[in-house]
Amino acid sequence: MDQLIEFGPMVLGGLKVTILLALTSLFIATCFGLAGAALKLSRSRVLRMVGSAYTTLVRGIPDLVLMLLIFFGGQILINDLGKLTGLWRYVEIDPFTAGMFTLGFIFGAYMTETFRGAFLAIPAGQIEAAQSIGMSPRTYLVRIVWPQIVPRALPTFTNNWLVLLKTTALVSIIGLHDIVYNAYQAGRTTQEPFIFLMVSFFIYLVLTLISDFFLRKLGRVYALK
Amino acid sequence: MDLALIYDNWELFARGLQNTIILVSCSLLFGGVLAVPLAMVQAYNVPVLGKLALGYSYVFRGTPLLVQLFIIYYGLAQFETVRNSIFWPVLREPFYCALIGFSLNGAAYASEIFRGALLDVGKGYWEAAMACGMSWAAAFRRIILPIALRKSIPAYSNEVIFVLHGSVLASTITVVDILGAGRQLNGTYYVTYEGFITAAALYMAIVFTLSLVFRALEFKFLRFM
Repeated sequence: MDQLIEFGPMVLGGLKVTILLALTSLFIATCFGLAGAALKLSRSRVLRMVGSAYTTLVRGIPDLVLMLLIFFGGQILINDLGKLTGLWRYVEIDPFTAGMFTLGFIFGAYMTETFRGAFLAIPAGQIEAAQSIGMSPRTYLVRIVWPQIVPRALPTFTNNWLVLLKTTALVSIIGLHDIVYNAYQAGRTTQEPFIFLMVSFFIYLVLTLISDFFLRKLGRVYALK
Repeated sequence: MDLALIYDNWELFARGLQNTIILVSCSLLFGGVLAVPLAMVQAYNVPVLGKLALGYSYVFRGTPLLVQLFIIYYGLAQFETVRNSIFWPVLREPFYCALIGFSLNGAAYASEIFRGALLDVGKGYWEAAMACGMSWAAAFRRIILPIALRKSIPAYSNEVIFVLHGSVLASTITVVDILGAGRQLNGTYYVTYEGFITAAALYMAIVFTLSLVFRALEFKFLRFM
């Protein structure tokens, strides 16, 4: 119990990293997802192929493999490029940036499918009607398409968030001091890994419960009438 | 990329591939077997048991697999009683710990899929079976369960890929699976790309094969719909 009081705050300190990482990578994933959906829905065959390659790659390669590849491989690649072009000197990618971009990249692919599905659910007649009364693509995207994409994408979007939140645990493997890393270290120091790992277990459970509660409210606000 | 290095170590990757395949197929088997009763008690609102199964699947789906794995492998070893019990020969081995973790986690996800499928079986099937004089147990075993399992195939194919992706976490508790082999290669020869890219390629190949297999299965078993 004493050890829990002594090392508990350290585990809780990881909460800040986890939440910050989850939110920033959610933002990146949303951007990637919108871009990916635009690619996959594009009229150009080449762009559609790029979009499909992206989602196939992420579906095929496990998240941790991609993360290790980007964290260790990306660093060398960027520095080799810098040396080759002479544009920049030695760059060090910190685990937070690597984790954030990897998670953003991976969940961007899932978001791509989310947004694409939501777009395809809009009846084609609506867009034709918008065009026939002379709306420009920009106008009908903003006024007709977007307001309908949000409620349709929301259920999958929230699901992606819940999965993303749990996947942030992987950054502990590349040395980022998140909940899992801190719990593991506290467990090693105190020789009581079970207690501290259970603490991290319940923190994630509470985070899921809170997310569930708010997302359900959000779902009611945006429900299709 | 040093292809000769990868070729020279093909035995390492073959061992990794073998471990991944055994790990994934055994945890799918155990998880699937455990998931059926979990889904049944939820779908048919069995008092107490139904709520317990719901809690089980919420807790396992609401926390990261990595944390669950760490609790089983590092956490349980903390207790003297566990180390002296008859389970110790099993819980001492990282491979079996990974197998237990993946099975318990997979059961939670699979039970969600099966529950939905069980509820999706039309009332008419029950009535027809009863009208033929089948008992509840006979109707369930011979009519309802086969239909529900067939209907689960599309969603279950995603779950299989999810388990494969999750299985890379075994490498974090020193199991030499495909990723473990890649990390070992990188560690031994001080290289970065070779191990990870080979692992990524192998995972891609497995996912591609699985997609083909499931497309064939859907064609064979869902033709009646």
